[in-house]
Amino acid sequence: MSEQKNRILKISILRFDPHDPDDVPHMETFEVEEAPGMTLFVVLNEIREHHDNSLKFDFVCRAGICGSCSMLVNGRPTLACRTLTKKLDEHITLAPLPLFELIGDLSVYTGKWMRGLNERLETWIHDKANELNVDALEERMEPELADEIYELDRCVECGCCVAGCGTIQMRENFVGAVGLNKVARYHLDPRDKRSDEEYYELIGDEDGVFGCMTLLGCEDVCPKDLPLQSKIAYMRRLMLKTALKN
Amino acid sequence: MKVVYTDVLIIGGGLAGLRVATGVKERGHDAVVLTLVPPKRSHSAAAQGGMQASLANSTMGEGDNEDVHFADTIKGSDWGADQVVARMFTHCAPKAIRELAHWGVPWTRVKKGDRTAIINAKKVTITEKEEAHGLITARDFGGTKKWRTCYTSDGTGHSMLFAMDNKAHEDKVEIHERLEAISLIHENGRCFGAVARNLMSGELVAYVSKATTIATGGYGRIYSVSTNAIICQGIGQAIALETGVATLGNMEAIQFHPTAIVPVGILTTEGCRGDGGLLLDKDGYRFMPDYEPEKKELASRDVVSRRMTEHMRKGKGVKSRYGDHLWLDITILGREHIEKNLREVKEICENFLGIDPAEEWIPVRPTQHYSMGGIRTKYTGESQTLKGLYSCGEAACWDMHGFNRLGGNSVSETVVSGMLVAEYISDYLESDESHLTIHSAVIEQFVHKEQEKLEALLTNENGEDAYVLRRRMEEIMMEKVGIFRNGKDLKEAVDELEELYMRSKNIEVFRSKSRAANPALENAYRTQKMLKVALCVAYGALERTESRGAHSREDYPERDDVNWLKRTITSWPNEEDTLPTITYEQIDIESMEMPPGFRGYGKDLTIRNEKSQKRQEEVDAIIQKLQAEGKDRFEIQEALMPFRDKLPKKYQGKNARLGENV
Repeated sequence: MSEQKNRILKISILRFDPHDPDDVPHMETFEVEEAPGMTLFVVLNEIREHHDNSLKFDFVCRAGICGSCSMLVNGRPTLACRTLTKKLDEHITLAPLPLFELIGDLSVYTGKWMRGLNERLETWIHDKANELNVDALEERMEPELADEIYELDRCVECGCCVAGCGTIQMRENFVGAVGLNKVARYHLDPRDKRSDEEYYELIGDEDGVFGCMTLLGCEDVCPKDLPLQSKIAYMRRLMLKTALKN
Repeated sequence: MKVVYTDVLIIGGGLAGLRVATGVKERGHDAVVLTLVPPKRSHSAAAQGGMQASLANSTMGEGDNEDVHFADTIKGSDWGADQVVARMFTHCAPKAIRELAHWGVPWTRVKKGDRTAIINAKKVTITEKEEAHGLITARDFGGTKKWRTCYTSDGTGHSMLFAMDNKAHEDKVEIHERLEAISLIHENGRCFGAVARNLMSGELVAYVSKATTIATGGYGRIYSVSTNAIICQGIGQAIALETGVATLGNMEAIQFHPTAIVPVGILTTEGCRGDGGLLLDKDGYRFMPDYEPEKKELASRDVVSRRMTEHMRKGKGVKSRYGDHLWLDITILGREHIEKNLREVKEICENFLGIDPAEEWIPVRPTQHYSMGGIRTKYTGESQTLKGLYSCGEAACWDMHGFNRLGGNSVSETVVSGMLVAEYISDYLESDESHLTIHSAVIEQFVHKEQEKLEALLTNENGEDAYVLRRRMEEIMMEKVGIFRNGKDLKEAVDELEELYMRSKNIEVFRSKSRAANPALENAYRTQKMLKVALCVAYGALERTESRGAHSREDYPERDDVNWLKRTITSWPNEEDTLPTITYEQIDIESMEMPPGFRGYGKDLTIRNEKSQKRQEEVDAIIQKLQAEGKDRFEIQEALMPFRDKLPKKYQGKNARLGENV
């Protein structure tokens, strides 16, 4: 079998260094020879190491687990580390994830946004009355319920759903699918003792579940295939019921 | 100069660091966590298969308890571990997992009744007890007597880390993201915090603290192929080393995980084999039973990795453009099982290999995975030599893993050591010793020194390219300080690494001159630090002329309990040194609960220490006597090797299990 000649990829990157007063956002194109099994993780490191060592981007696990490397690949939010170049045309456009604070080039400050969200929605178990005895048997949980909670717990806070959201473009305080999924996750969890009314306080408005225009870009781009559509619909019905009840 | 004062500075926002933070907060102390990345993106998230804790809920875990977990851990360590620390750990693991359950981890649960499992390539039916229904279940992992590894599908680390970070939010722990500690502030044998660089603005900040904790994980990235996240570069160990006062322990003890995918080195969990997956060679032949008839694919990690390498050396590997590999076959587990319990593995196979692991075999080979070595500490997590400096998790060597860690014991260690060290630090903070006694001028000097080093990197001319040095270091570590080691290669490795280290003093950051966010500058100073860490590993490996656990010398195949039952202690006393200084710490057989014996893999190649036999007789006599007197297992253990008094009071209680202490 003769080796096929490798493609020369043209990688166009939207670049900008906010710390450099002379810089303006601009596209820059690099040429990289494709290799078998090449991912955008490999491509970007190669550019940094051999073409421009000032190029900024974020990778941590490089295995699709940690959610650090979301960016726009040909305009679509996704995890760069697990994007194989062979699935793309030879001309690839990369841009930073919109809506998040830009650190530079492809690096954005998703951590700050997500921390704000977690603090706002209080994404932790609320159960002050139940003091833990570390020596005692754990509380029981139905196996199927544990699996269902894990299903929603798989969110990696990558921000793709936020970048793919139509609502948030107009309503900057919108909690996004990531936020609504988290509320659905805690609502499902019997260990969290918050009432429906308390959840209503968190998301029962237009920055919460009633703001969603059901364009569902979130579900299309979620790299973990979370059931965002059904969970948003479920939370909306529940919050509506809660509103009517009161 | 920006200075931030706090009670406890915690460097690293993974499971161990966050657990320390919430622990000291609970005791009423202030804490600041410095982290390179948002905590939820830490490498803890990548732990897939599970956390060991001897809950004994599932049928296959029946009869499990702290004693069995302890014995597995000590055997696994090839008797290198500190047995008191291992006891403290196995005692607290059930508490840590129950705490995490309370904080929201959706642990996979026992379902009563019959279920099918694959054991030794055969379908078997396991009947789960009615009374265990809804309690936390466990899967099988390598090197363990019982099914003890608790999990949430194969995203265990992710779920644990999210619960832990959310708990930290709840407790209002201050988290400073994208801040990198680049040197420790210390004076007269006492640590007072760290100089940190803001990775967004480039600003240097002095964090001044009564206690400082390094929880930065391992140093796998000194190798060119590693399962570790790219941030696991050993910078925490390096800044400790650079104090010239703190010491590192057993740096040469490096674990290679049997099943990382080829070529990118991403992990597929040991749970694949725990759940019944097989290792096959180029002929589709299951070779592990030939080498290890008893444990087969579920021998300890170091053993499986060596056997795979041996088998490939016999020409049985699958040839590929990226070198030889073997196959991991999980197709026999069935699609349903894979999609429920091994879904991260499935995603990884789809995204990085373009295969469906329910239909096709996975190309794997042993790959650098874990650092047993780290900052040498007492059981309290405090450095043996630098007061006020603490370390825990993979960053530390306190030392529960010895020369080989069992799968499932690492995430478990993060939270257990975190919860314990938080208490010891709090005790220290509540004593008079903890007062800050450092002059602001000294703090300023430390900041100034770092500033100068960074300026030099940016303004050097005709200097070295950091990437060239770093790539060469990574290759040397792969080729010469790998799974099998020998004196000639190790000597060459040390010599060349030393030369690279000397060249690294003259690194120049080409082109990219920004003082703010600047990946080239970061790579430059990290490369200098990584070379020191690499030298500690290679030099320690060269000097240790025996084979123990994951440290396997072809020229010294025996485990030598006469000369080498000791820990390697590495330090860097003078800045001008070009090699670390190595000393040793004896491991005392006479106080062991479990004296050195045969691990049960392959041929017994132990050079026995006569004290082992003597201690074993003592231990046997004590057990026999106390059993005759009707003492229970706790009383007997206490007589052999007391440890409970070392634990914080709140964690001294006995663990409840079905049928025990309930």
